[in-house]
Amino acid sequence: METIVSVKPLLAVLVTLFVIPILVSSSSKPNVRESWIFIAGTIKLLLVLSMLPVILEGKQIVLTLFEIAPGAAIAFRVDGLGMLFAIVAASLYLVTSVYSIGYMRGLDEHGQTRFVSFFALAISATIGAAFSANLMTLYLFYEVLSLATYPLVTHHQDANSRLSGRRYLTFILGTSIGLVLPAMIYCYSVTGTLEFSTAGIFAAGELSKPAATVLLLMFVFGFAKAGIMPFHTWLPAAMVAPTPVSALLHAVAVVKVGVFSIVRIITGIFGVELLSEFNLGVMVMTIASVTILVSSCIALSQDELKRRLAFSTISQLSYIVFGVALLTPQGLLGGVIHIAMHAFGKITLFFCAGAIFVATGKKYISQMSGLGKKMPFTFAAFFIGALGVIGLPPSGGFYSKWNLILGTLEAQQTIFMLVLLLSSFLNAFYFLPIIYKGFFGKSEEEGDGPVKIQEANLCLLIPLMFTAFISIVLFFYPTVFVKLINIGLGLL
Amino acid sequence: MDNYPALIVVAPLLAALFAGIAAWIEERLSYPIAVIGLAISTFSAIMTLMTVIASGTIHYRMAGWAPPMGIEYRIDLLNAMVLLLVSGIAFLNLIASYKSVEQETSDRAGSFYTIYLLFVTGLLGVTATGDLFNLYVLIEITSLTSYAMVALGDKDRGPLASLNYVFIGVIGASFYLLGVGYLYLITGSLNMMDVAGILPALKGSSTVLVAFILCMIGVWIKMALFPMHVWLPNAYSYSPVAFARMVAPLMTKVMVYVMIRLMVTVFGFEYIFETLNIADAVVWLATLAILAGGVMALAQKNLKKMLTYIIVCEIGYMVGGAWMGNQLGMTGAILHILNDAIMTFALFLAVGNMVYKLKKVDLTDLKGLFGKMPWTMTGFVLAAFSIIGVPPTCGFFSKWYLILGALEKGAYHFAAALIISSLICAVLFFKVFEICFFEPMSEGHGHGESHSQVAIEEAPISMLIITGFVSLSLIVVGLYSGTIVNTIILPFLK
Repeated sequence: METIVSVKPLLAVLVTLFVIPILVSSSSKPNVRESWIFIAGTIKLLLVLSMLPVILEGKQIVLTLFEIAPGAAIAFRVDGLGMLFAIVAASLYLVTSVYSIGYMRGLDEHGQTRFVSFFALAISATIGAAFSANLMTLYLFYEVLSLATYPLVTHHQDANSRLSGRRYLTFILGTSIGLVLPAMIYCYSVTGTLEFSTAGIFAAGELSKPAATVLLLMFVFGFAKAGIMPFHTWLPAAMVAPTPVSALLHAVAVVKVGVFSIVRIITGIFGVELLSEFNLGVMVMTIASVTILVSSCIALSQDELKRRLAFSTISQLSYIVFGVALLTPQGLLGGVIHIAMHAFGKITLFFCAGAIFVATGKKYISQMSGLGKKMPFTFAAFFIGALGVIGLPPSGGFYSKWNLILGTLEAQQTIFMLVLLLSSFLNAFYFLPIIYKGFFGKSEEEGDGPVKIQEANLCLLIPLMFTAFISIVLFFYPTVFVKLINIGLGLL
Repeated sequence: MDNYPALIVVAPLLAALFAGIAAWIEERLSYPIAVIGLAISTFSAIMTLMTVIASGTIHYRMAGWAPPMGIEYRIDLLNAMVLLLVSGIAFLNLIASYKSVEQETSDRAGSFYTIYLLFVTGLLGVTATGDLFNLYVLIEITSLTSYAMVALGDKDRGPLASLNYVFIGVIGASFYLLGVGYLYLITGSLNMMDVAGILPALKGSSTVLVAFILCMIGVWIKMALFPMHVWLPNAYSYSPVAFARMVAPLMTKVMVYVMIRLMVTVFGFEYIFETLNIADAVVWLATLAILAGGVMALAQKNLKKMLTYIIVCEIGYMVGGAWMGNQLGMTGAILHILNDAIMTFALFLAVGNMVYKLKKVDLTDLKGLFGKMPWTMTGFVLAAFSIIGVPPTCGFFSKWYLILGALEKGAYHFAAALIISSLICAVLFFKVFEICFFEPMSEGHGHGESHSQVAIEEAPISMLIITGFVSLSLIVVGLYSGTIVNTIILPFLK
């Protein structure tokens, strides 16, 4: 494979890091501060996009920064998968920045400079994880992301967020140090390399089946950002954070870094062939299926909208793990592309939840009947986002679910197909009533006269309509992402 | 210039002399003299390290006397690195100390700087010397000066802590001296290289065995290896903060260096790991040290005390790595000497800043510190992450080598202890961060961009600059771990 050495991936990571001092120094001038975020975010997105044509040609962009030990450097390698994830994260960062202004100012939150600074740090780490060339670099950015997110989760600095922050760290940091780190070092001590490669890093016979099983489990549970049960409880707890955090980090960046890491482990460390040989895909699929179904059921019972979305996220993340664990081309495609499809759908839903909260102060679903008449645009976007998560046309989510189902047929795992179908029903059950009641229900304070439209401010409204729109666009044009995945996994 | 190796040690020694005299005449002069002395020393250490990297080991004979009669300084890659570490930290700390000394021990500033310099001279001598008896004398110089320093500290608890330290310190020194006596008895030499040349012929000798064990116990007491650590927490937490900042990162690390020097250069790997059969037991002891240090740190209510127990824990890392008996473990141990010194220094610098503003640092005193001292806390957070072992800070990379070494040897208990200690440290530090970040609890939901702003009350700029510099170097050293291992540690071990 042809590789090009370029400093672009490093710049794409650093641009939002270097802007932090400027953000801090302009903390007394919010408008100046926010414009710097846009400048940095735009540059970042442009840098990422400027690498896209090269990647689509089937080349890779590499950059080695620091040689730590042979086979374990701090290094970047931009391939199809990383590119896909980076595009999603960088573009949604820009959208969220707009939203964030509306939300934080709308609620007159404290510590906004701290908030935007750590946000920028978190997104730097996300892009770093996307472009990591090996497991050590990925681990580095994974940890930086965990720690950068902590002050965002605990933004309110009250007793509740303190507890949530504690749970967040216990699960995220505890598993990454306790499970991923030893597993990673073990891999290195056996093979002498951590470089991702589609053939896997283990030579034939280097790893026995029991050892492979234990390692795989350590990785799958250890990357707890992916929310595999029973290491999922940090995600609902993290919902105490301001909504922009929940939207970008806990529907896109942080959780997807977890899933992305598992994808890298399966496709880049073990390699699809080794796992099929040991028949370990079914094990991971079973774990993912349990998470999918159980968390969907829990979502049904949640009355707080953000918590319902959180449990929905947990279940959707496992779709991705599920798809990749199918170990067939169609399954891999369906799983990985769900990173993008779910991102746009779920961020729309979170944006809507935040817009509703800012406009009306309502957090609970039971308070929201009739609200669709006041906020028609928000609820329409919510509807589209929900379609994406349920997996119905015309939203991008349909495309991934379609491929996942084909993947189960390809792998001859019919039982697991039922899991997907059942989960879709559950998704419909926990989303559609909200929309139905929103548009057709009666609210308590409502009189008989015509209802006045009271949407949230434009900073909130435009982003959520935009992401809803993209979600539909992706249904019709998933081509670029499909191509990136095929290139990244060598499926062409 | 050929005399750089001597200058590293002689410059602070002469400076101590002048600073002592100046203290009688004009006390204000002591400080600049100390700064000049340590600046020369640091510069010479840099030059020496570069020479050693470029052209190999330096043998420096004091006054031209040839070994084994004369005193020889033998500087190879390992001690060139440690020399730079010691002089560099002593120098940087001295810059940060001006304000702390002014606040804490202003009436005895002259004697403070004199003892400070003597202490550094001792440490540098310990590191540079190639003579076993000389090593003993220099260890005693460092110990005696640190007894004095501890006694200068906290008015109530300092003297008692110092006395305790004296008793145990003297026992440790006696063990080592006895060991050297046995060695002299059987080899008739005190020069390290000379002894190393004679020992292989005496492989089965029980005198050598006794000598080795005695030396090791002496060194372990001096480095506070669990369960011989009891003197350390009180001694370090009740000494003046300007001194604690230096002794905490350096003293134990230099003693680890001495242990590695004795193991690698004098007795030799072959003797220790093939003739003797105690490596497994020592690794277990190190494992215990790590866990015990961590657990005891958890129980502390004072930040300084907590950090001193982390030192006890970290000593376990290095002892375990060195006794792993393979190259990876030893690489980890040596790299950790460097990393641990820098990260402990960074932690204590931050604590020094806090003490400067808050006077005492019980955990409950730290409320709201992120708002009050944002820069100090940034340094503290970085250092804490390094202790926990979060990449790209340097603590991660030495832990990486240590765990690899443990896996290669099959010492899974040691690898597990390293992981557990990371987790314990995470709990420890986030406990502190929580207090600094959440307390005092705001009423309900903190709204409003401006009303919750706390007035910033930072430490003096000289202390902040050093704190910032050292905590950033944690990341730089971490990223260049590969270079350090390839240019210094691996060539040394070959």
